[in-house]
Amino acid sequence: MRGASGLEGQQTTAKRVQFSSPFLPYLFLAPQLAIIFVFFYWPSVQAIQSSFYLEDPFGFGATFVGMSNYTDVLKSTEYLGIARFTAIFTALVTFFALSIGLLLAVKADGVIRGNATYKTLLIWVYAIAPPVAGLIGMMFFNQHIGPVVELARWFGWDMKVGLDYSDTAFAMIVVSVWKQIPYNFIFFLSGLQGIPVSVREAAALDCRSEFRRFWTVILPLLAPTAFFLLIINVTYALFDTFGVIDVMVKDKAANNPITLVYKVYMDGFRGSDLGGSSAQSVILMLVVLVLTVFQFRFIERRVHYS
Amino acid sequence: MAAIDITEVSKIYYGGVEAVKSVSIDIADGEFIVLVGPSGCGKSTLLRMVAGLETISKGSVTIGARLINDVDPAERDIAMVFQNYALYPHMTVYDNFAYGLRNRKTPKAEIDARVAEAARMLEIEPYLDRKPRALSGGQRQRVAMGRAIVRKPAAFLFDEPLSNLDAKLRVSMRGEIKRLQKRLGTTSLYVTHDQLEAMTLADRLVVLNGGMIEQIGRPLEVYHAPASTFVASFIGSPAMNLVKGVLEGGRLHIGTHAIDLGYPTPAEGPVTVGLRAEDLRPAAFGEQALAFRVDYVEELGAQRLVHGTVDQPLTASLPPEAPLADQLAIAIPTNRLHFFSAENGKRLYRPTPADGSTNAVTGVATVAAPAGRHAVNLEPIA
Repeated sequence: MRGASGLEGQQTTAKRVQFSSPFLPYLFLAPQLAIIFVFFYWPSVQAIQSSFYLEDPFGFGATFVGMSNYTDVLKSTEYLGIARFTAIFTALVTFFALSIGLLLAVKADGVIRGNATYKTLLIWVYAIAPPVAGLIGMMFFNQHIGPVVELARWFGWDMKVGLDYSDTAFAMIVVSVWKQIPYNFIFFLSGLQGIPVSVREAAALDCRSEFRRFWTVILPLLAPTAFFLLIINVTYALFDTFGVIDVMVKDKAANNPITLVYKVYMDGFRGSDLGGSSAQSVILMLVVLVLTVFQFRFIERRVHYS
Repeated sequence: MAAIDITEVSKIYYGGVEAVKSVSIDIADGEFIVLVGPSGCGKSTLLRMVAGLETISKGSVTIGARLINDVDPAERDIAMVFQNYALYPHMTVYDNFAYGLRNRKTPKAEIDARVAEAARMLEIEPYLDRKPRALSGGQRQRVAMGRAIVRKPAAFLFDEPLSNLDAKLRVSMRGEIKRLQKRLGTTSLYVTHDQLEAMTLADRLVVLNGGMIEQIGRPLEVYHAPASTFVASFIGSPAMNLVKGVLEGGRLHIGTHAIDLGYPTPAEGPVTVGLRAEDLRPAAFGEQALAFRVDYVEELGAQRLVHGTVDQPLTASLPPEAPLADQLAIAIPTNRLHFFSAENGKRLYRPTPADGSTNAVTGVATVAAPAGRHAVNLEPIA
């Protein structure tokens, strides 16, 4: 984005639209701003505010408690354990969703005949809503009829999803990755198709090894897409896997792995500890902020935008 | 450096479309061959088959006596310059040059030396650290050339490398390509749809039409003795006038006109007559001439293109000082006429050299026989 100065700057000036009234642009922006305000800024401000209060579980009043919600959360070994699981979960889901999506896109891109069929088959999983994906995933991992469980048993692995911590974690990661692959696939595929054919051909004349060509020419040219997907996937793993986790651990969270977002929900709506829950969500907000800044500062630098 | 033999090569796509039909060209070591023809004539397909970017459906291609039909493109010892340059956008100019060498395990010192040499030759030394994005069209074109040069391949393949440049740059780059190729002596195969580019660059040019070779020859041979009406109308600007006429007893009839040729005619009956616009001139008094009705005039400065009709459309290129009128008497130099069969458009060759004068046309016409294999080697004209 920083690289796109110079020429493109001039083009935007040339395209600039003149409004008759200086308020008109704001009027056009108003609906979007209203939505962002109502659904993002307002709740954020409320969360920050209530994170400093201890709320009565029945809504009769709130007591100002300063930072104690935060210190309670950060001192809790349970919370730190969940944080560690969330980090591992996010890293694994992002890594596998991106790499499998990329692998499928590269392979589908190489198919010449019937590739529309391939693409459709790979894309339509994305049309499934997260709770439904969670349900289908649960069925895969069902104790009695789940094909994955059966397969695991074949290898001598007695899988107990919903009872055993690591088995549940495994199922969660698999279903979350499975759900995200089509999204990554679509973007990687369109990214691949955006690479000029002649550049690939030039590379084919310059380098015999297809594998090496992929690492030295194709992947660097896919970097903008990959960087965008990295941010999207991290966000997905942190927040959007809620539905999957909810379906998998509902009512029996006791010994099951959950992520920070689910913990926020559990404490706030099940445990009625709105103050502690708000403090957690503020912490989560800060973590995501730092992560995003880090990604833009240190990873985007290596991305070439053509 | 190597000779390239293309023998009865065909390209047949899925569904039976034949883009290239049994084409044979023998390219000598160091020769500059230009494939020219309208779009869809199969010239790019042929080039891409030599490069290995398309499979060869039938026939064989050898580079330096090595059959390369099934050789990987990277192993064919060729370098290609693409129409849109196809530079690696994420690499600096230096890395663009070095990429092919690194993949071939060339030592670092050698890469440095070769890149430096190519950059000096192309005068792009100051830009080695830049990305292609930061270069102008002409500079990118040079980088694309440089990337081919550093490889020191057996052959250069050019796929319309100049068509993305503006007219002025195209002329100067054209000269540069010719100069570089002469200096390096590398066998080159060059594809273009621009007949002027073909004429100026080629040692020999190959005119393609509908996937088949119409003619192979030195630029002036092709210009002075086009093998068919297609070549006649394609090579040369303005295009050669092609009018219907009838040969009868040593006389040529065009419409109501009859012209004494003064030499044995190549055929009797209806023919297509080719007249170069620059061979036409205002008739002197008493000379046999065509009555030419002028429609409109294009002023080109050095010459003047006069479009009109002699019962069929005709264009004459006249000197600007020649007087203009609505009706002109136009003289035809009879020994510079081209005759083509009215049925298939093939050139009709004169039975014997007409008058033995210093006439390039007759000299060529007798040798450029329409042989099955087109690699006719001729002495240079002049």
